[in-house]
Amino acid sequence: MKSSALSAARLVLVRDLKLAFRKRGQLVQPLAFFAIVTTLFPLAISPELARLREIAAGVLWVAALLASLLALEFLFRDDAHDGTLEQYALSGQSLTWLVFAKTAAHWLLTGVPLAVMAPLAGLALGVPYAALTGIMAPIALGTLALSLIGAIGAALTLGIRRSGVLLTLLTLPLAMPVLIFGAQATDLAVRGASYAAPLYLLAAMVVLGVTLAPLATAAAVRISLE
Amino acid sequence: MSWTWFHRLASPPCAYALASRLTPWFAWPAGVLIAGGLYGGLVLAPPDYQQGDDFRIIYVHAPSAWMSLMVYTTMAVSAAVGLIWRMKVAHAVAASCAAIGASFTVAALVTGSLWGRKMWGTYWEWDPRLTSELILLFLYLGYMGLRAAIDEVQRADRASALLAVVGIVNVPIIHYSVTWWNSLHQAPSVMKLGRPEIPAAMLVPLLMMLAGFTLLFAALLLVRMRAEILNRERTANWIREALIG
Repeated sequence: MKSSALSAARLVLVRDLKLAFRKRGQLVQPLAFFAIVTTLFPLAISPELARLREIAAGVLWVAALLASLLALEFLFRDDAHDGTLEQYALSGQSLTWLVFAKTAAHWLLTGVPLAVMAPLAGLALGVPYAALTGIMAPIALGTLALSLIGAIGAALTLGIRRSGVLLTLLTLPLAMPVLIFGAQATDLAVRGASYAAPLYLLAAMVVLGVTLAPLATAAAVRISLE
Repeated sequence: MSWTWFHRLASPPCAYALASRLTPWFAWPAGVLIAGGLYGGLVLAPPDYQQGDDFRIIYVHAPSAWMSLMVYTTMAVSAAVGLIWRMKVAHAVAASCAAIGASFTVAALVTGSLWGRKMWGTYWEWDPRLTSELILLFLYLGYMGLRAAIDEVQRADRASALLAVVGIVNVPIIHYSVTWWNSLHQAPSVMKLGRPEIPAAMLVPLLMMLAGFTLLFAALLLVRMRAEILNRERTANWIREALIG
């Protein structure tokens, strides 16, 4: 049973990845959004790199948070629309594993590309080369936590029309700890200090999220399908 | 140990009748305690040696802040009860909590900000307590927003109940991360609540206010719960009997 749940989860993961690569437009959207938001800050505040470096960590994190939130709306929507999600719930396989696979796919498709792209944006904001891993690693971990937390909200708002703002309202307060420690890790990295402590706390949140969030998400999917 | 009382509570007519009977038992002591606490706090208690009379806002601020958390806990617990045992009344309790809790949170924020104006010279300081209070308000708003967005009562109940349970798991994490965030970013603020050597003339009114606010919440909750039950059961026969008979 356990192995069949795992293999079902693997199939869902592969399916979601394949589907995403056939609709590349949706894949690029969060990245373009991230790029635009990070461009807004120098325009709004100042083109001086010294000043931008001060706020770089916050800018990158808020932009990454919003970009991954933007993509959350699509996490379950299409599958709920064409009945796939209902079939998952009826399949007899553990829905927890299946939604976990979907969440993992969502992270691979939005969080990882964001983490790869964030150092580029960081350079544009005057972050030194040495700090680039200090941008990439926390954003990779943090977006995973965000995907896990956000999946609950995405599942709860499934049947609701124009759920975007509501999803934001539900998810952002829960995501604040991730933002706090993630931005702190990046900020420490930009200043050339050790960012291990907040990174570990971020990792602890991911572990907690991996253990608990899929259970809540599966319950939320069932409620929304009722 | 018989659980019949628990099952009786689950029936809306029973819960409605019990709530009607209990309301004055909470409302009157609440009124007396709050009136006494206010008199003790605003008139009898000596002025603080540092803050003078300004500290007296604590008699509204601290109980509101305390209630904002307690109401959220009550909401989450009754939401969990409703989710696990599929009790309609528990969902009605959770739904009635949200607006009360959000009001206490707003009261705590407003009084905190007024106090901050006197103590810090600014209406808003990114103090960890105020910040986590603000996040708590967002949690309440999210809960109410989700309820309002779903038309079907049962689905709204279960969805918002799950959100409340997820929220209560997060509340301590949010609280501690905000505390650490702030202690790492700026010096500790001037205000230190909960000094152990607080004199009895100041402490007793504060405790009276805490007890009074808790009872006030219980009374408000019962009233709102009755309204919530009436609204949900508006097509049921027992309502006619309960209201006319």
